[in-house]
Amino acid sequence: MKDLNHTTIVPRAINWNRIQDDKDLEVWNRLTVNFWLPEKVPLSNDVQSWATLTDVERTLTIRVLTGLTLLDTIQNTVGAPSLLPDAQTPHEEAVLTNIAFMEAVHARSYSSIFSTLCSTKEVDEAFRWSEENPHLQSKSRLILQEYNAAADPNKRKIASVFLESFLFYSGFYLPMYWSSRAKLTNTADLIRLIIRDEAIHGYYIGYKFQRATELMSETERAALKDFAFALMFDLYEIEAQYTAELYDDLGLTEDVKAFLHYNANKALQNLGYEALFPAQACEVNPAILAALSPDSENHDFFSGSGSSYVIGKAVATEDEDWDF
Amino acid sequence: MTGLVYYSSVSGNTARLVRSLGMNADRIPVRPAEPMPSPERPFVLICPTFADGAGRGAVPKQVIRFLNRPANRALLQGVIGAGNRNFGATFALSAKVIAAKCNVPVLYRFEMAGTEIDIARIREGLNKFWSAECSTMV
Repeated sequence: MKDLNHTTIVPRAINWNRIQDDKDLEVWNRLTVNFWLPEKVPLSNDVQSWATLTDVERTLTIRVLTGLTLLDTIQNTVGAPSLLPDAQTPHEEAVLTNIAFMEAVHARSYSSIFSTLCSTKEVDEAFRWSEENPHLQSKSRLILQEYNAAADPNKRKIASVFLESFLFYSGFYLPMYWSSRAKLTNTADLIRLIIRDEAIHGYYIGYKFQRATELMSETERAALKDFAFALMFDLYEIEAQYTAELYDDLGLTEDVKAFLHYNANKALQNLGYEALFPAQACEVNPAILAALSPDSENHDFFSGSGSSYVIGKAVATEDEDWDF
Repeated sequence: MTGLVYYSSVSGNTARLVRSLGMNADRIPVRPAEPMPSPERPFVLICPTFADGAGRGAVPKQVIRFLNRPANRALLQGVIGAGNRNFGATFALSAKVIAAKCNVPVLYRFEMAGTEIDIARIREGLNKFWSAECSTMV
């Protein structure tokens, strides 16, 4: 511990009964209730399914999961901790340490998949591949550059939201694809838990970005927006190449790209920005959307012809019964 | 005439969608101390979801308070749900919960602040819906 004698800062205990920003408590509650560990998912039920994949499909899957491990490792050890000095409330610091720890759980859970399904040799090869793959390395470096202590705190938040809400999706696509074909369904269940966590992380960091920038001048905000869109362009460029290299053999590259565009727009929305990619570039394969969220087909507006159109059953309610 | 009521938390996704719609709408306030809207004609509610993994807490507390007033409930015609497909089965869950409780249809669901397609569909849908409502009401 640093010698505190020479500083005038008073060490303060966190008081959860005095909340400055309600979002901190709301997100803390969501994250802690959603806590999970990979042991909870019966991955060994995927052993038979794994055996049905071709060599090419297996190598692709191990590489994709290794790439995801790298992103989670970065977010665990550098990304989330780098946001701590800029936290506006003590409760935000607590949420960020939760985020950091959950990233460690995510990074650890890919190794659980590997130890259940793959040989040590295959896995070692994939980790070596991840250190040598130019696209994976350059996107990691681009993000780490913004996490650097000297960087602008708001740019750190932008980079963090892009990692949480955009960069993961070239990887998340594959387990959703397998799941839509009834393969590796337990692995997909585990990935869905990660997707759920990352969605809250991206939402929360994006919200803190909006709060931090709302009092800035128009000029400062415009400069940050320019930076964000430029960084998104650079990352997208790399992701497109990474995607082609991984998915060309299976003929899935264009399908994955639509998913990237869709998620890039969602990442920008987390920062309060408008979409970058036009709607026709974001038409995600319905099977992938269904793998993400069952029963998520959109309704045919007001016509009632959508298969999941919901009319509530009459529920006799008393006024005191409105406890949702 | 369009009656539109919405809730948006401080992160503002639903508020951004409503701004893009360019329609008059009343906001249910984030803070309990602020006055609740009291609609005087039939309305559609746009509501985001903040559920945990098990679906608990899907409907924001302030929306519950608003719907606890029988007069408000009586005028509710339908609900549009906001959410994120990344939350799997709980995507836009609050709209389903409200629909079941109030016996009204889920009219549409969208993610976050909506896409240009969502905005066009909601605008068109609401206009059709309200003209149909007017022709059935004397």
